[in-house]
Formats: sequence, C-alpha cells, structure tokens
Amino acid sequence: MKIIKNIIKFGKITPVILGLIAFSYCGKEKPAEAESSVGSKGIGPVTSVTLGTLDEGMAQKGKQNFETKCSACHKFEEKVVGPALKGVTERRTPEWIMNMILNPMEMTQKDPIAQELLAEHLTQMTFQNVKESEAREILEYLRKMDKK
Amino acid sequence: MILIGLGYGCKGGAATAALASDAAKRVYVAPGEKDEVYAFLSGGFSGQMSVYGIPSTRLFKIIPVFSVFPENGYGYDEETKNMLRTTHGYIPWDDSHHIEASMTDGKQDGRWLFLNANNTPRLARIDLKSFETKEIIEIPNSAGNHASPFATENTEYLMAATRFSVPIPQASVPIENFSKGDFKGTVTMVKVDPKSGRLSLELQILVPGFDYDLSHCGKGKSHDWCFFTSYNSEQAYKMIEVGASKNDKDYILAFNWVRAKQCLDQGKASNFGGEYYRNYLPENQPAISEKLSGVKMLQPKDCPGVMYYMPTPKSPHGTDVDPTGEYIVGGGKLATVIPVHSFSKLMDVKDKPEHRSGMIMDIPILKYESTLAGEVKKPCLGPLHTEFDGKGYAYTSCFVSSEVVKWELGTWEVQQHLPAYYSVGHLSIVGGSSKDPYGKYLIALNKITKDRYLPVGMELPQSAQLYDISGGKAELLSDFPTVGEPHYSQMIPAKLLMDKAAKIYPLEENKHPYAIKNEKDARVVREGNTVRVYMTQIRSHFKPDTIEVKSGDTVFFHVTNLEQDFDIPHGFAVSGAPEMPNLLIMPGQTRTFKWKAPKPGIYPFYCTDFCSALHQEMQQYIRVLP
Repeated sequence: MKIIKNIIKFGKITPVILGLIAFSYCGKEKPAEAESSVGSKGIGPVTSVTLGTLDEGMAQKGKQNFETKCSACHKFEEKVVGPALKGVTERRTPEWIMNMILNPMEMTQKDPIAQELLAEHLTQMTFQNVKESEAREILEYLRKMDKK
Repeated sequence: MILIGLGYGCKGGAATAALASDAAKRVYVAPGEKDEVYAFLSGGFSGQMSVYGIPSTRLFKIIPVFSVFPENGYGYDEETKNMLRTTHGYIPWDDSHHIEASMTDGKQDGRWLFLNANNTPRLARIDLKSFETKEIIEIPNSAGNHASPFATENTEYLMAATRFSVPIPQASVPIENFSKGDFKGTVTMVKVDPKSGRLSLELQILVPGFDYDLSHCGKGKSHDWCFFTSYNSEQAYKMIEVGASKNDKDYILAFNWVRAKQCLDQGKASNFGGEYYRNYLPENQPAISEKLSGVKMLQPKDCPGVMYYMPTPKSPHGTDVDPTGEYIVGGGKLATVIPVHSFSKLMDVKDKPEHRSGMIMDIPILKYESTLAGEVKKPCLGPLHTEFDGKGYAYTSCFVSSEVVKWELGTWEVQQHLPAYYSVGHLSIVGGSSKDPYGKYLIALNKITKDRYLPVGMELPQSAQLYDISGGKAELLSDFPTVGEPHYSQMIPAKLLMDKAAKIYPLEENKHPYAIKNEKDARVVREGNTVRVYMTQIRSHFKPDTIEVKSGDTVFFHVTNLEQDFDIPHGFAVSGAPEMPNLLIMPGQTRTFKWKAPKPGIYPFYCTDFCSALHQEMQQYIRVLP
C-alpha cells in the first residue's frame, strides 16, 4: 500500500496529478481506506447481484457494449491500457465488477483493490456512460468469456 | 454637471474609486465554490464571445462565433469551416456587437444566445447546452448589420436593421445620390423556430436611407412593436461626423412587426433579390451550408400602420424598453437630456393627423411632445444606453463623461452618478433587457483603460466594471480586463444554465458520416489520391497508430473520441500541417483534420490536450512514402 499512499499524497500537492487521479474529491477529505478487500463488493450503486445460469441474449448485448466502450483498453489475454480480463469473474465479486464499470473514479479513490490496480496500470479507468442494465450485460459477457 | 473620471489623461483611477471596504469579500468566490451569474460578453472586433463568472469576474471560456479559433480548430476543420462561409467567400472573422438572450414570455429561458456580425451582415445562434455556435445566417440587402439581433418577447423573431444605407439592390451610383434618396436601409425579420431554434428570413422592409443603430423590442402591452434608433437623418455622405450631427433631432422608428407579418400574409410584400448563406451545425455532424436566394420585401406605403417615426434628440444610440413595456428610453449621444417616450401615448396619437409633422417614404413623423413621457434633464455627457433593475430605476451609460447615471422612472430624477473607467459604452444588468430583471449586478463595458492596469504595450486591455445595485446606492465592486472589445453583454443567473450544460456527446447518438464507434473499425481507406483515416482516441492511445500514405495524398483524419467521461477531450495535431491548427475533440465527438501529405519522411502526430498520466505517450507516426 505504500505506493498508493505516495501517489495520493503527491496528488494533493500537485494540481496536474490531482486532476488525473482525484478530481472527484470535490473538496471532501481523503476517505479512510477500506479494512478488507476479500469478497469486496466495491463502492457504487450495485449492492447485490444474483447470478443465474448464463444468459446468452444478455451476454450478446454485453459483447456489443464491451466492444464499443471497453475494448479500447481491455483485452482478455494481455494487459493493454488496463488489466487483462481473463478470469475476472473468478477474481472479483459481480458487484465489484459492476461498480468498477459504473463508478470507476470513486473506486480508484476508495476501494483498496481498485487503488492497487491504479498504482499498477497508472491510467484512471474511464466511466463510459454505461447504464446499470448495460453493466449487468457486460458482466454476463465476462462470465461467458470465463467459461470458455 | 459633475465630470468624473474623464477618460483622457486621468490619473490615479484606482485611488479615485470609492470602494466599499468589503468589496473584496463580495466578489470573492472561494476555491471550489461557483459564481452566481454567467456574463456573456461580445468580443467586438475579435468576433468572439467570452464567458465570465460574476461576481468573481473570472474568465471561463471563449466561444468562437464569427472567428476562427486556434484553441479548438473552429472555422478550420472540415466540420466547422463552412460556418464562416458567406456570399463574399470564407470570412475568418468579423466585428460582433450585440448579444441577445432567448426569451419566453419576456423572460430569459436559457436556451440560446444570438450575436450579430456587423461588417459582413450575419446573425448567429449559440446553443446554451454546449456553449457552441450552431447556426449562422447571412442578411442580404444590408450593409452593416448593427441594429441586431434584438428579440421579440417570445423570441418569435430577431430584428436586424442596416447600419450603413446603400442602394438596394446594390448599384454603382454617384455617392452624392445618398442625399437624393437613392440609398436605403432595411429592417429584417429573422424567424426563430420555437423548438429547434433554426433561423430563417421571413421578411424585409425597405426603409429610408438613414443609419440604423440599435433596437429593442416591446414587452407586455408593447409586445407587437420593436423600436430602432437612427442617426444621420441629414443623409450626409461626407464629413459625416459634422454632417450627420446638424439636426436637432433624429428618429426612433417604431415598427409594428405583427402588422408587418399581417401584410406579408395578405400578399403585400413582393419578391426581391438578395443572395445569402445559411450555415447550420447539426449535433456531431459537419456543418450544412446552403446558398439561398430571394426575400420578400415590404414597402411601408403598402402596409399602413406598420411604422412611425418618433423624433428623438440627438443622434440617438440606445432605444431601451423598460420591464413594463411602457417606456422607450432614447440615448441621444449628443443630447443634453435622456428622452423617454410613452408607448401608451404613441398608441393614442399615432393615427391622429394633428400629432404629425410630416412623412418620410409614407412613414408618418409624430411630434416629439406627442409621445414624450418625460426627460431626464442634464443627466451627463453623451448618454448612450439604458438598462433597468426591475425596481423602478434605470441606469444609463454616459460615454463622454465616463459615468453611469442612476435615475428614477416616472420622476425622471437623477439619483446617483457612478464613475466609470473610462468611456463606457453599453451596460448590462442580469436580465436587464427582459421583463424580469434579476437586478443585483450591473457591469459597465468600457472602451479605454489608460492608467488602470500595468501597461502592456500600446494596445491596453479593454475592461468592464462590476457594480452591486442591490441596495439603495449602487457600489463599485471591481473591474477586470476583457478579451477584445466588451461591446454588449447578457448576464444570466447560473441556476438557469449550469444544470443543463452538456457533459458528453453520447457515442450511440453520433451520426457523423465518418464516425467509428469502436476500435476494431479503425482503418485506413484509400480512394485514389485521397486517404481517409478512420481513427479513434481513448486514454492514452490512437488507433490506427502507424499509418502510411504517399507524398501528395490528401489525407482526412476522421478522429472519434471514444471517451464517454466528462471533461476528457483529446487533441490531435500533425507536425507541419500548414492549413490546420490543433483540433480538440470532445468525448463522443468526431472531427476531421485535413492534411496534404508532404515530401517523404516520418511525421509524428500526437494528442495536445493533457488527458492522463500516459498523455505524453499518446503519440504515433505517419510514414509518407515517395
């Protein structure tokens, strides 16, 4: 966590970096770090997701949105701008994935896993104007890819 | 007569300003806090419009309107260059004077702003969601579009009257024929579509060959009318500064636009020539530029009751209608009084022969006293333009004596003299030209700043001054240098605009013919000697990222910014591109950079707008083959 702390500290005194990493603080104090990241649901609008059997129709819609709004930065097999996504549905809870899609700025400020990922990849994940229902469809597509 | 702050050679301007001790507090907006009001200042000879926050007077943005703009490539790129197309060709900037805010029921509605180009007659519409210029229409049969764009109460029409009279249609006649009546002016009614804001020319009215200067339209009971000032009723054509100042009174032209529309509908207007362009920028598509031809022209003689002249001393500039719609205040820039006409009296006397003193081109001239409500006696030197606070007071700018005069409607008594630094032109009160002024702030838009600021060479900054008019006595709060000439302004409460401001162009709504919506569609397509690069941008890379073209190819980079995140534009610039500056591309937007591939070599391109920690790496190469 040392690296992360350094970045945030640096951000507070350097406006350019502040703009990059922390511009939605909006005057609030730096939040307390979450205590545990195991099984984390992340921070955002999604508190509970019930997964059923894989829904092909949803996965297909999710694929289309993924290709428009996510694929510029994410591949499955290799790191590009952001991390490789293979196995993401096994590493993270469904809620965490959806919150990361829907609320990436606050996640990289407050969620310990997202903070570590930012420290590793150094590019703020973008919010791509994705609706909650679309995030659910993208999640379904990610599940499908992980079952391959 | 109190002469305060004479513009020329005045010393110690700041020291002479009687500042309230807490003025700094009243303009201080703490970091992260927001201003209370948007001030939109026209850029005068810069052709732009600038956006300031009030009371902080911080500059937020420059909106290019009739000017090319290096910051974002407006007027250069393939999408916007047609916005500046006219019947005279491509005109890269103009002289912009008056901003008008759209209104519903006489109140600011926060939808659009309108701005005129004086030199090559045009009107523009600026959208207040995107703060971008969306439409420019040329005004034919006009030589100098000064008295515009003043809106009727529901923005049914914008008025545009010609500053310089000329032969209409244009003809090469001896200039001395001006005084023989060969020169004419026009008043143009530009229709505004209530839903889309689209502009169209509905009607022109041929009027006597004077210089039409400013206008304001009525409100409430005077809804059907607009009022235009004119000078040079002498029709002087040489030594005009002397020749046009001989008559004791010139005129305010009272124009019944509802009656004009009636006459048009009754077939009383005739087909008339005149070519003009209408340039429209649909959302996220290239500008559509149409060349149109012909207007309907109405002669006042064919439409009795459409116009009346109200004599007004002396070379009047402003003609300002108070919030009730009753008073029409003239600003006789060489007059010793501020004359105020009464709309009710105008209605009583306009068709009674005993109240007339003559006719010009079948337009009745009414007697001065017949429509006069009152005069503010000896207010100042050079009264120009008046705004209203909605609490029964009027504020008039005085160019020669460099002051703002506060006076009371009805009693016509001067209440206060406020020094201005220096040579104030227009004034602006928040909502002050509407039916419902917000009445807290006034700015004076000044022409000269000798000794006010650190000198920066011969061209000193022009400036504006902010006053608090909420209390009994108006108080100077601050002054600030401005971009270009702050000619006129509309101030709008922030709450009317800030929540409606657009954040992104939604990708799914992007209808640009060369847009691509995901990286896998990025490609290079050759069509003969033309190469189209379908390119995407997202933090922090381009796709395609290595490109090969041939020397002499015309290359179109159609760049789509795939970001859907607020406040993340990307830039695009190619090394050594003589016809293009930098482009800024908003999230979800597609814009096109045209480049003639030069001699063989390797040419970098890169993102010019700081976008992320890896912004510096957002760079790639084009190889130009022999």
